[in-house]
Amino acid sequence: MDFSLTLEQRQFDDSLRDFLKDRLPMDRLRLLAETANGFDDDLWQGVVELGLPSLLVPERFGGAELGVLDAAVAAEALGYAAAPLPFVGAIAMAPLAFVHCASPAQQDEWLPRIAAGEVRIAVAFAGLAGQTGAASVSFDGGLNGRIDGVMDASAATHFLVFQHDGTAAIVGADDPGVSQTLRRSIDRTRPLVDVAFSNVSAERLDAANDPLAAARIVLDAGRVVLAADSVGAAQTMLDRAVAFAKERVQFGRIIGSFQGVKYPLAECVTALEPCRGAVWYAAYAQDALPDEARLTACHAKAHVSDVARDVARMTTETHGGMGFTDLLGLHFWFKRIGFNRQILGNPERCRDEAARLQGWL
Amino acid sequence: MDLTLSEPYQALQAEIRAFVADYGHLSPKLGGGRKRPDQKTLDWQKRLLEHGYVGRTIPQEYGGAGRQPDIMEASVIASEFARANIYAGLTNQGISMLVPTLLEVGTDEQKRDYVGPTIRGDIIWCQGYSEPGNGSDLANAQTKAELKDGHWIVNGQKIWTSSAHYADMMFLLCRTEPNASKHEGLSYLLLSMKSDGLDARPLKTMTGRSEFNEVFFTDVKVPETQIVLGRGKGWYVANITLKHERLMLGDAGKTNARLEQLISLLSKTEIDGVPLIRMPEYRDRLLRLQGEVLAWKAHNLRLLTEAAQGIDSGVKRAIVKYGGTMLGYRLSSLAVDALGSAGLPYESLGEDAEDDDATTWNIDYMYDVGLMIGGGSSNIQKNIIGERGLDLPREPKFVAGMR
Repeated sequence: MDFSLTLEQRQFDDSLRDFLKDRLPMDRLRLLAETANGFDDDLWQGVVELGLPSLLVPERFGGAELGVLDAAVAAEALGYAAAPLPFVGAIAMAPLAFVHCASPAQQDEWLPRIAAGEVRIAVAFAGLAGQTGAASVSFDGGLNGRIDGVMDASAATHFLVFQHDGTAAIVGADDPGVSQTLRRSIDRTRPLVDVAFSNVSAERLDAANDPLAAARIVLDAGRVVLAADSVGAAQTMLDRAVAFAKERVQFGRIIGSFQGVKYPLAECVTALEPCRGAVWYAAYAQDALPDEARLTACHAKAHVSDVARDVARMTTETHGGMGFTDLLGLHFWFKRIGFNRQILGNPERCRDEAARLQGWL
Repeated sequence: MDLTLSEPYQALQAEIRAFVADYGHLSPKLGGGRKRPDQKTLDWQKRLLEHGYVGRTIPQEYGGAGRQPDIMEASVIASEFARANIYAGLTNQGISMLVPTLLEVGTDEQKRDYVGPTIRGDIIWCQGYSEPGNGSDLANAQTKAELKDGHWIVNGQKIWTSSAHYADMMFLLCRTEPNASKHEGLSYLLLSMKSDGLDARPLKTMTGRSEFNEVFFTDVKVPETQIVLGRGKGWYVANITLKHERLMLGDAGKTNARLEQLISLLSKTEIDGVPLIRMPEYRDRLLRLQGEVLAWKAHNLRLLTEAAQGIDSGVKRAIVKYGGTMLGYRLSSLAVDALGSAGLPYESLGEDAEDDDATTWNIDYMYDVGLMIGGGSSNIQKNIIGERGLDLPREPKFVAGMR
């Protein structure tokens, strides 16, 4: 038994973190938040060079054939840097959708392009994911309907749409029947897209024996990856609060020596560190423990979201008034945690699913 | 990452499952605070010893199974017993703290006299550490022992001494070298609780039981040879004891078992014919706790892996006492709320009888508060997490006359 990351995983993590530290300083993040649509082509090309989009693509399609655990490790690094990259959709969920729902011919066609970063596929759930807002599509006689609040979609080349029954179809983002409304979100680095389909001739992905089960595999992986992102984001906030508490002087003392400051930070690390284990466990369950995959994904998403919210609040408080200003930029992580919480089912929804899974409802 | 058990551990797992199937019904009940083990518990302990599920790494000549230490084996054993919701053996200060200490620094005679009877549950120990004036500042202990005619003559007072009212023996930290420095003036003695001049007065706690005691020493005579390692070595020996306490496995197994008990309690308890687990308010609390238990279970796997790899887990270990006792308290709080008004009748039957379920949960619920205070209170833990874990500065020392 070994519950730790391998040397390769740690090296990959280090190189990704170094890359993000180098390429995404605070002023760059700020610029992206103010001007762009949440997509930075330079940053995207950089992670393509690092091989990130190939992570979950099987080797025979040019991928690295790694697991959800590896995706979670990457997501934590991205959350730590508040990186505006379409990771959850285009890099984590889309290849899994093709692996589990597509025919061999479709896999041959699409998976190599995903691995090479040539396509960026936004994954939209009409139902299932438990998001609020419009979410209803029909595949009968062309793709029709509307899904609000699709993440990782502002620079998508394609939309992969799951119906509530788990059946799936893919369509080009520039198809004339696809209309997109870009919605700047509370997290300015990550806009959402409300997408509407009108008589689009979409390509069905219908090779799954059990479409609903396949769709849930994709959804659960997305939830685990979002939880990992929140662990990273909360860790940034905690690291910065600890650093601030060691520097800031009031009443002639470094404020970190006051128990009133020290104790909330101790609370944060006590709650946050086990979240990392929870994410690893849930991610590993997606890869290797199918009986536990659904329940652990729901719990990881729910529990981490709650802890990250507490950490975001307490560490902002540590910074005093400065924490509330735009100047420190701490709010990017505060908002990222808030965004992750609501996307693909918030804690309330995930616990509801956990209850149903166990027959408690 | 690989959570599959390799073949020898799978074999151990299968062996324990067979043991549970054969003998599980003989297990004493879980929970309910500390008591002197009854005959059922002693018989069970004997059975566990015979199978090597307790005392596994203790040499055979001292009554154990003589196996090599293997943290994975320990983990498989702990998790299988938790899974089956049966008693995993006595845990007391003699077994978890004194025995490993004696095995490390005791004389052959001390090991022979005490290790076997202690792991069998025949000798119950108490720990003479805290004093009324010296709680957290343990090294400042003032209870003194003077050597006269081949005996240590002990005078002073200890407090918060768990189990002293039914213990057979005490391991005592006392001052034997009054002229030496604070840390070098201490020695570690082993003495009988039946000694003349020793008076253990139970301190009744909020559970209605007496889990703790005040212990008074008036010219208590202890044979000179009953010292561990030697004069002035008490602080060193006490730290060995504490090291073994830290090396003990986290009690994630116990937490998992408690969650399972709680799920069953909420499933079978009804109000107006509706099981509590179907009521959103109860169910939500249960689900939150289930998520948290998952996180701590995973955290424990991390610590276990790091321990096996010889990595110092630092802050990850420092958070365990505070986080774990809080979680335990919240689990027992939900149990008390599930019992509701039917859980209010409370009869703690004392040392010799098995309490009913409601009383057991209520004792746990209160005892968990005691656990948050004992062994370094939650606030002390937060100092440790902040200062040693996050490297935050210490509280400045008060200087007399400063305003």
